[in-house]
Amino acid sequence: MREEWNGFIGGDWENAINVRDFIQKNYTQYNGDDSFLAGPTKATLDLWQQVSDLKRAEIANGGVLDMDTDIICTITSHGAGYLNKNTEQIVGMQTDKPLKRALQPYGGIRIAMQACQKHGYEVDPELVEFFTEHRKTHNAGVFDAYTPEMRKCRSSHIITGLPDGYGRGRIIGDYRRVALYGIDILIANKEHQKSSTRTTMREDVIREREELSEQIKALHMLKKLGEIYGFDISKPAKTLKEATQWLYFAYLAAVKEQNGAAMSLGRTSTFLDIYAERDLKAGIITESEAQEIIDHFIMKLRLVCFARTPDYNALFAGDPTWVTESIGGVGIDGRHMVTKMSFRYLNTLNNIGAAPEPNLTVLWSTNLPSAFKDFCAKVSIEHHAVQYENDDIMRPLHGDDYAIACCVSSMRIGKEMQFFGARANLAKCLLYAINGGRDELTGEQVGPEYRAVEGEYLDYDDVMSKFKAMMTWLSKVYVNALNIIHYMHDKYSYERLQMSLHDRQVKRWFATGIAGFSVVADSLSAIKYAKVKVVRNEQGLVTDYITEGDFPKYGNDDDRVDSIAKEVLHTFVKMLRQNSTYRDGIITTSILTITSNVSYGKNTGSTPDGRKHGEAFAPGANPMHGRDTNGAIASMASVAKIPFMDSQDGISNTFTIVPSALGKEPAEQRQNLIALLDGYTRKGGFHLNVNVFDRELLLDAQKHPEKYPQLTIRVSGYAVNFIKLTKEQQDEVISRTFHCCI
Amino acid sequence: MRGYIHSIESLGTVDGPGVRFVVFFQGCPLRCLYCHNPDTWAFGGGTEYEAQQIIDKMVRNLPFYETGGITATGGEPLMQLEFLTQLFKLAKEKSIHTCLDTSGITFDKSDTSKFDELMEVCDLVMLDIKHMDEKEHIRLTGASNRHVFDFLAYLKEKGKPVWIRHVIVPGITYDEGQLMSLGKYLSAFDNVERIDVLPYHTLGVSKYEAMGDDYPLKGVPQLTKSDAQRALEIINSAKYN
Repeated sequence: MREEWNGFIGGDWENAINVRDFIQKNYTQYNGDDSFLAGPTKATLDLWQQVSDLKRAEIANGGVLDMDTDIICTITSHGAGYLNKNTEQIVGMQTDKPLKRALQPYGGIRIAMQACQKHGYEVDPELVEFFTEHRKTHNAGVFDAYTPEMRKCRSSHIITGLPDGYGRGRIIGDYRRVALYGIDILIANKEHQKSSTRTTMREDVIREREELSEQIKALHMLKKLGEIYGFDISKPAKTLKEATQWLYFAYLAAVKEQNGAAMSLGRTSTFLDIYAERDLKAGIITESEAQEIIDHFIMKLRLVCFARTPDYNALFAGDPTWVTESIGGVGIDGRHMVTKMSFRYLNTLNNIGAAPEPNLTVLWSTNLPSAFKDFCAKVSIEHHAVQYENDDIMRPLHGDDYAIACCVSSMRIGKEMQFFGARANLAKCLLYAINGGRDELTGEQVGPEYRAVEGEYLDYDDVMSKFKAMMTWLSKVYVNALNIIHYMHDKYSYERLQMSLHDRQVKRWFATGIAGFSVVADSLSAIKYAKVKVVRNEQGLVTDYITEGDFPKYGNDDDRVDSIAKEVLHTFVKMLRQNSTYRDGIITTSILTITSNVSYGKNTGSTPDGRKHGEAFAPGANPMHGRDTNGAIASMASVAKIPFMDSQDGISNTFTIVPSALGKEPAEQRQNLIALLDGYTRKGGFHLNVNVFDRELLLDAQKHPEKYPQLTIRVSGYAVNFIKLTKEQQDEVISRTFHCCI
Repeated sequence: MRGYIHSIESLGTVDGPGVRFVVFFQGCPLRCLYCHNPDTWAFGGGTEYEAQQIIDKMVRNLPFYETGGITATGGEPLMQLEFLTQLFKLAKEKSIHTCLDTSGITFDKSDTSKFDELMEVCDLVMLDIKHMDEKEHIRLTGASNRHVFDFLAYLKEKGKPVWIRHVIVPGITYDEGQLMSLGKYLSAFDNVERIDVLPYHTLGVSKYEAMGDDYPLKGVPQLTKSDAQRALEIINSAKYN
């Protein structure tokens, strides 16, 4: 065995790239409580003060502190940058200075220019010329291939947020490989792959060879990145500090090259715990030093940032990066995978306060140890910065070495990747069905010219059959637009570093998404169980609805409407799956809106459920604001009915409860939160964002942002700094259902 | 048989142990000045349910209630005693923990047969003691507190676990003598497992306005947390002296 691996239990992982095998053979379960944890060191507090000051200055400066305008960011484009070289345990910056935003034009030069212009910067004209005239970008490629119909769908907002002008993200490199094996072994492995491709030069083989060459180049550059900071990462890491540093360099290289929407980290805590246990046993470090390394690592992840445009911020508010880290879970052999490092990661919220990033995600199972559950509940109640996802329903599909990308997208690390696909607005699709393909706001014929509804009142069977026809059309345009996008992204902005940390045979999930889920369910329920009268304008376009009588609403555990919601999803997914996909990606869908539910609402006319034009949609798979009137469990029960296999890319549910409604004493509150999480998990619920606070807290923060620099809340699949949201987005969050006691 | 239900809340955490399914019964004979659910007073209103319907609603989400159970509150559940007993019977068939939140006001010690039947299927009673002094009790609720004390004695005899709830209202029950007397009184009951003091709040005011009624405690301030803590300390000091 190599000397760097002394003390580890050997296995397949020694002879092949197999991080999972290494973890399974070597991790130490932890069943105890949080009493072993160490607080922040002085160095940690000083560094965090420095970061906080920088972040405050950034906000004061209009959202950006500094931007690169003439250096194209690559893995090795910048010299070393530090907060404080003498006290930082983990080093490395995206550019040469903290919070200086990199120039990443491969996704699209226009977007890069707009991002700079918004903040008063100008991209070097020579670079603009180069990327306009001589080197094509992903964005330019996509628009060369889009059909007029696709452009119309984009501008009418029936399909929104497509990654056609920015990095698609949602690909997780197995950054742990760099720590476990060092770069040299990884390069040798990729060289071997390249030397053993098929030899008839068809298109797919040529592509494979070119991609492998790019991957190998990226690995060489990653080695160089280590050297820039004075480290030789060609060999495996020998200590916790090295392992964390090697892993971070690998992640850093990814965010230097790609400004993907979600640049997630993976599942690193139990991996790193193996190094911590070895060092602690050998007496090389103390608990406080181990925590300090992790605190500094997390601090670095909180500094990751990208240059983005106002349009982007409207959809994905609060400057998110989705450095999602998946914690906990249970192994396929039944052993839980909670280690002391799982606690240390969550403890960073105590040591350096709440923050939206990294997006800490607990893979929840009813079989997690009770002391860990208790600690999770404690941290959630205090910081409302943690999300929970159901390991018990993902494990059978993905095993025990998967992670969450972005908010709710699960994939095996290093074995599966995802083509991110934004979302289709099903509420608008329903309105198109009613109006025969004409847009309800502009009157423009966007969809196919099918027969519009006739008469005064809507008939359920008639609307449903028209809706299905319109969904068939939408699914086709949508998947085909994505085919173009992913083809061009691979061609002009290939994620070579992230893909170099994947196996040779990669399974590709072809993600799609749905917005307006609860609006559609309630609208169809209104048509079925109440009487919905249409209001037409002079052009005969239905622009509003008068709903007479009451109807069952999604979010009350009422099968009459919940079954409609399920049917719509099942139907749409089936239609999506009937389309051919780029690189034979496997179609999945998510019910997740991020914060785009606000802008979807703005761009969608009045709907039959009584929602008026402009009113926000509910986030993700949540019931509409205030319509879930039978309490939180009935609300969760409705969402839990959505089958995971119909929405395999995730079902986001954001739950907000006032502290007093969770119980009287802190211990009771924790127990009750655990009971809710266990109950939701047993019922097959997929994801739960947990917020515990009063509406008054948000109202006060809206009035006095200066008092709440670190106030973090969960929105839809991620957390945001509340004060970074626009007034509109803040109002929407405030208007959500807060479950409270009667 | 059918019961009259004001509403059902699927998540209750302050009405008994653990996570609970809370059934608000319609109709109450008392008219407590501080009541924050005056909309549950009137008889004859509410939604009609079969007991089985309510249990079915709960059972489909049973995984949430493993640490808790069902709570009947109101209104006054004892006003629909037979329906309540049937509801709890069905719950016990599913091994669900049952809790009754009551003022005990309808208890009649001369004929306890129906209560005996209820107690067979009731795991915990949360008993609201409104005021120790009979006259004050009448002023506050419109009825005497004798039945309440009889009920507590009966529960002791049955060995039934009891949680006491006591609303602390400035100028009414927030009175050292009253609290001392409550503490002393309770010290004789070893079946009392817990005493919760509930600080008076004004969240119910809007309901009175909606019903077109004057709010009887206009101008009475909400009780602070620290005053509530102090009230509990007074009760406990008397209890253990």
